[in-house]
Amino acid sequence: MPPLARRNLFHDKIRLAVTLTGITFAVVLVVVELGLFLGFTTTTSGLIDHSQADLWVASRHIPYIEQGALFSERKLYQVRATPGVASAEKYIARFANWKRPDGGHESVQVVGFNTDQAMGGPWNIISGSVADLKRPDAILVDDLYWNKLGITHLGQVFEMNGYRARVVGTTHGIRSFTTSPYIFTTFKNAQNFTDLEEEQTQFILVRAQPGVNLQQLQSNLQSRVHDVDILTTAQFSSMTRFYWMFTTGAGVAVLLAALLGLVVGIVVVTQTIYATTVDHLREYGTLKAIGAPNSYVYRVILQQAAMSAVLGYALGITVSLFVVHEAQQGGAAILLPWPMALLIFGLTLLMCAIAAAVSINKVTHLDPAMVFRG
Amino acid sequence: MEVAIRVRGVTKTYAEGAARVTALEGVDLDLHKGELLFLMGPSGSGKTTLLSIMGCILRSTSGSLQIAGQEVTDLSERELPQVRLSHIGFVFQAFNLFPTLTAVENVEVALELKGIRGTLARTQALRLLEQVHLDNKAFAFPADLSGGQKQRVALARALAGNPEILLADEPTAALDSHTGRSVLELMRQLAHDHNRAVAVVTHDSRIADLGDRVVHIEDGAVSSVKDLRRPEPVISPSHLPSHSDPQFTLARPL
Repeated sequence: MPPLARRNLFHDKIRLAVTLTGITFAVVLVVVELGLFLGFTTTTSGLIDHSQADLWVASRHIPYIEQGALFSERKLYQVRATPGVASAEKYIARFANWKRPDGGHESVQVVGFNTDQAMGGPWNIISGSVADLKRPDAILVDDLYWNKLGITHLGQVFEMNGYRARVVGTTHGIRSFTTSPYIFTTFKNAQNFTDLEEEQTQFILVRAQPGVNLQQLQSNLQSRVHDVDILTTAQFSSMTRFYWMFTTGAGVAVLLAALLGLVVGIVVVTQTIYATTVDHLREYGTLKAIGAPNSYVYRVILQQAAMSAVLGYALGITVSLFVVHEAQQGGAAILLPWPMALLIFGLTLLMCAIAAAVSINKVTHLDPAMVFRG
Repeated sequence: MEVAIRVRGVTKTYAEGAARVTALEGVDLDLHKGELLFLMGPSGSGKTTLLSIMGCILRSTSGSLQIAGQEVTDLSERELPQVRLSHIGFVFQAFNLFPTLTAVENVEVALELKGIRGTLARTQALRLLEQVHLDNKAFAFPADLSGGQKQRVALARALAGNPEILLADEPTAALDSHTGRSVLELMRQLAHDHNRAVAVVTHDSRIADLGDRVVHIEDGAVSSVKDLRRPEPVISPSHLPSHSDPQFTLARPL
């Protein structure tokens, strides 16, 4: 087959550059907006998703993790006594005041957990270890927030709610949605840092025995332990995400921006591909005049659009990977998992197909008699 | 002679706002295999409209059209491209080549539409270019060809699939007189040597002697027919025989 679509596409280098710029721009826009949405969503429930717990015991009608009210730790023993429970530990995630070396103050979120159990602890540890937290006043802080909190080196000592805190380790990439950095420490230290009374806790993390039906265990716990909600990790994660993303409007704004990016992308791509089609209208008229069925002309336009989509996507995803990589170094979480990359490839093809459809509509109504007009 | 295209009582009117413009009115015409027929007339007389209708590109408002013995007047828009593809080759005033394809690829497009692909298409395309004396420019792009060479490529493309009818709209308008004449000599050869029906719309009276018949169109109707193969005078409409004689263009008096 004569490479009419490919030649038409590559013939006018400036037009090609404009088309590819349009698609690249659209791809980057959609990646950034969807990536931000995904990043924000994931960040809101990061502590829950990485908790390695099966069930969470929380105060009644809690909308999201930061809102957990305190309750007596006696419930911990009720939980541990429930058949099917392998382990249960106290857990806290409360705000505290951090004093910077320059005298400034920052809000932080202290996360206290039992360092002897693998539940509720930090992940992506790049220096120090969970075991180091057993030392008095020891804390782990993510490297993304070192500047914000005035940390310059391990072993540095700070003041938090009037208590001494020593940085003994670092994580990487654990972002906080509330802009208050997470400070990981032992539950005991966290009690001090947050002025929590003895025999109180904010959450209880539960791990079920192997083979236990989780829904059944959840139901049993709910009936045995009063005045609390028993939530699976997935339920609590969804509730927290939903709250931040949709109840506060933050997520809606990001999602709308992503949709806007998609619409702008479609408009840009449609405009450029339509303009390319109009440039070659006389050729399509000639094809129709010499007997080409509409389907043949459509194929040429669709091939052009598909080639534009593939090239534009390749460029767009390359730029996006750079943007995502740069964002990893900052506070904004832009995620680009491969299923999303695939989805955006599909969206790019869809954008180009819509653009082609508009062009095809123009060609469908093209009068082949135009070829006889000069 | 076998009739390739039969036009009977063809009228074409266009709506222009509230007004109606008659481009053709009651035209009868037969185009025979093996003849080169010129459609001549002043600008706006309706000759290109007639050619478009003969080529199944434009529908007439009334009247009938037969292509290679097949009644095509009532065929649907989906069916007409197949008629064009099977029977008719087109040559356009502005060449209408695909500028991004080489000469041989331009011909291959038409062959592909007729189901000929790959090596066979390339072989046939090169042979067609050879037929129009352009085999040495097979891999040149249209931008690198002269007007005459472009028109020869267009001619080779029109001949793809060996159609029995060739319709050309002002094929010499963009060419100098010498080149134009050589292109028309080639068309004449294609008509006579290959028993092809060739109709050419032209303004150029200097090349009229190359045709077998010259049909003059004025104000949307046939005003005269001149048969150059016969030592006969110009036949005015009033002297025309009835519709039964297909050798002549039959026109209703305006």
